[in-house]
Amino acid sequence: MLRKIRLMLAVVLFAMVTLLFLDFTGTLHAWFGWMAKIQFLPALFALNVGVVLFLLLLTLICGRVYCSVICPLGVFQDIVSWISARRKGKKHRFSYSPAMTWLRYSVLALFVVACIVGVGAFVALLAPYSSYGRIASNLFAPFWQWGNNVLAYLAERADSYAFYETDVWIKSMPTFVIALVTFIVLVVLAWRNGRTYCNTVCPVGTLLGAVSRFSLFRPVIDTEKCRNCRLCEKKCKASCIDIKNHRIDYSRCVACMDCLDACKHDALHYDSRWKKRSSAVSSAQSEAKSGASRRSFLTVAAMVTAGSVLRAQEKKVDGGLAPIIDKKKPKRMTPILPPGAKDKRHFAQHCTACQLCVSACPNGVLRPSTDLTRFMQPEMSYERGYCRPECKRCAEVCPTDAIDLKSLADKVSTQIGHAVFVKELCVVQRDGVSCGNCARHCPTGSILMVPENPDDPDSPKFPVVNVETCIGCGACENLCPSRPFSAIYVEGHERQRFV
Amino acid sequence: MSGSGLFNDNQVECIMEKKKDNSINRRDFIKIVGISTAAMGGLLSGCAPKEETDGAAKVKAGSGGMTYRTADCGDKVSLLGYGCMRWPTLPSPAKDGNVIDQEAVNELVDYAIAHGVTYFDTSPVYMQGWSEKSTGIALKRHPREKWQIATKLSNFANYTRENSIAMYRKSFEDLQVDHIDYYLLHSIGNGGIETFRARYIDNGILDFLMEERKAGRIRNLGFSFHGTQAVFDEVLAMHEKVHWDFVQIQLNYSDWRHASRGNVDAEYLYGELVKRNIQSVIMEPLLGGRLSRLPDHIIARLKQRRPDDSVASWAFRFAGSPEKVLTVLSGMTYKEHLIDNLRTYSPLIPLKEDDYAFLEETAQLMLKYPTIPCNDCQYCMPCPYGIDIPGVLLHYNKCVNEGNIPKSRQDENYREARRAFLVGYDRSVPKLRQASHCIGCETCNPHCPQSIDIPKELHRIDDFVEQLKQETL
Repeated sequence: MLRKIRLMLAVVLFAMVTLLFLDFTGTLHAWFGWMAKIQFLPALFALNVGVVLFLLLLTLICGRVYCSVICPLGVFQDIVSWISARRKGKKHRFSYSPAMTWLRYSVLALFVVACIVGVGAFVALLAPYSSYGRIASNLFAPFWQWGNNVLAYLAERADSYAFYETDVWIKSMPTFVIALVTFIVLVVLAWRNGRTYCNTVCPVGTLLGAVSRFSLFRPVIDTEKCRNCRLCEKKCKASCIDIKNHRIDYSRCVACMDCLDACKHDALHYDSRWKKRSSAVSSAQSEAKSGASRRSFLTVAAMVTAGSVLRAQEKKVDGGLAPIIDKKKPKRMTPILPPGAKDKRHFAQHCTACQLCVSACPNGVLRPSTDLTRFMQPEMSYERGYCRPECKRCAEVCPTDAIDLKSLADKVSTQIGHAVFVKELCVVQRDGVSCGNCARHCPTGSILMVPENPDDPDSPKFPVVNVETCIGCGACENLCPSRPFSAIYVEGHERQRFV
Repeated sequence: MSGSGLFNDNQVECIMEKKKDNSINRRDFIKIVGISTAAMGGLLSGCAPKEETDGAAKVKAGSGGMTYRTADCGDKVSLLGYGCMRWPTLPSPAKDGNVIDQEAVNELVDYAIAHGVTYFDTSPVYMQGWSEKSTGIALKRHPREKWQIATKLSNFANYTRENSIAMYRKSFEDLQVDHIDYYLLHSIGNGGIETFRARYIDNGILDFLMEERKAGRIRNLGFSFHGTQAVFDEVLAMHEKVHWDFVQIQLNYSDWRHASRGNVDAEYLYGELVKRNIQSVIMEPLLGGRLSRLPDHIIARLKQRRPDDSVASWAFRFAGSPEKVLTVLSGMTYKEHLIDNLRTYSPLIPLKEDDYAFLEETAQLMLKYPTIPCNDCQYCMPCPYGIDIPGVLLHYNKCVNEGNIPKSRQDENYREARRAFLVGYDRSVPKLRQASHCIGCETCNPHCPQSIDIPKELHRIDDFVEQLKQETL
């Protein structure tokens, strides 16, 4: 019974959290967004004291149910392990193994140090929810989107607007590779030995394990009834039941209740401990500080590579479509962080690099950073789209307060960067045409088209950026006709401010 | 485009969609043809070209074969003329760069000739420059006396005498003919009288062409017209000296009295030609398909009056009814359209007095739908910045006709209309080719025969899209 309840809850939560990463329409977040917010590390990073206390208390009472119900990475491993067990003769493939305490605690220690020092890459690499987010958004989402695109294709044929097509693209190669490697490692480990990862590497597992050793309820072996058949031990994916000594390592038990159902002799029960409780739990997870390098603020940057502008091709009167060159990412002195990231340091400390915002961004703006200091944390670029004024999807989905926006009004008044004009690339200069597409699309009206010659109002007009009111949304950069490099591009701000 | 009245909206839609990717899959084909068959009885037997010696007889609405008009030179010309600017295209161009599906063209031409079509109208610049060649190949397979070819001097970019004469000679080579039956100065009126003089008078080309007519290599000399009345009057006044054998004008029940800005009412154009006893060739009888893609209640109105006739047939009967019309051109990409038009003109049932009044009322109803007068001729293309101009304008028109241009957020169908417009927009035009990328360089404007201020319209549509996206309508 307990096992069935656990299974049901786990499957529902797992499916919903996965859907959060797959859904690109933004409809599910309204209902299930909280599921990302009750994840341990995001809650911790968000300083969401209520959730953290609740999870610790839950573990203290019921054991590590967090690991077997709430954590999507844990449930994912259970699913792999379950499939593996369906092979012939593999139903009882586990056996007790001693705990690798030194490894667990040293990884946890390293993790805590990394949090304090601010090595985001290491933190993101180990955080279980982030790992799962990477896998879901890099490996599962494409299939979901392709499926959607097939439906969109059919809908188009059926004259229905129920589905629309989405772009499927690799947002960052390194992140994709890491997701793939994590996926393979996890599948192999879970396929062979169940919860190895959770009980040797996962810092959350170790921390909660330290708490669950003192949990109120836990599976207890009734030594009088036990016939030493070892069925429970062979069923234990955490390898924590030692029948020889009739002991269970509660720091590793994830309270999956599999053993209860496995026992044929009614010798295993989920019982409360009768002894006096000790609740010495120090969960003082450090607040991270980081020393961030300070880069000087540069208003004008020289382009490293000169872009070429699409030239008017020869006219054939009714002649088809001109080819369009893909935009290339300009070299930005300061990366652009999503609006609501507040400042570089706040963001680095609060983002778990779970990729939820990256997979939710409908404009193709957010992608994981490849910079080692902010590895896999989102940053913005405008080759595929720009940060549209009516959207704050990233802030809506962010489970921590790394991206924190109260309202759309906040977003359109948050200055995340400012536009920089590069005259040499401008089509007005190169092609001798009149343009002004940047000014026409600027949502804050921060770009003015000014005649080159003050005495001649008919001289070619070039854009002038008012950096005081520019919010850095990238509309100008994205819609600039100059390709592959835009003649106007956005430099990020280390510290975001309100206009 | 023509003939969509045979099909319901979905199928028309399907055909329109297909036009874009230029392929009909088997199922669509069967579906469309199946419906055509149901609507037209015996017509379908004509699909197999071999058995078609008596095909013309089978194309009948009421009594008999194609209606013919007699040209001043004595030619017997079919009232339905084949416009060769919308031939079916290949999914990707052939090795030599030809974009046209030659086999499909051969089939269409065979079918058309078998059913009495004699007049084929092309230009050196149609189909990205491949139309003459393909049309020539297809026609070469039929006896020369069975068809007349019309082509044009389309010296839009390079006005020099050398280039113009080279273009003229190339037409003979590509069409594989030793004489051209109807030769036109292409699109007079665009760019005003100065451009006309530069293209044809100052370089002595008009005199050259008149010599060629004398030599018999051109049998009839005329011009096609788009533009303002002043230019038309001035060029027509040259009739005494030049003797225009025929003039090609835009005529349909919408342009008859309600020509779009920058164009002249067809009533005036036709009237002036009749005064001088000049025969007219009609282009845009269907406004690039706009007169078959009508709002539902207008379609219902037309169907109520003649339930068995297609929506397009009204436009063709209107264009074909005036006596001094020599032929009515239709750029038929699909055989279904060809079949429908053959049916309308085999024979023509001329409009009666009350029919004219009815169509005038229809035209007035249409004025309430502010579509952009784009006929998808593609002359504006390629846009140097990659925008699919006709794609954007046609999507907008489609939404106008379907009532998917919400006026405000309070509109009853606001949510559905917004979704239909935005999702449909991304489907019809890739993001990179949408109106938001129009920089307003105005390279396109001089090329538009309908004098649409293209950048202005694109910017207007883009603003509307922004309002929809930001929900600030």
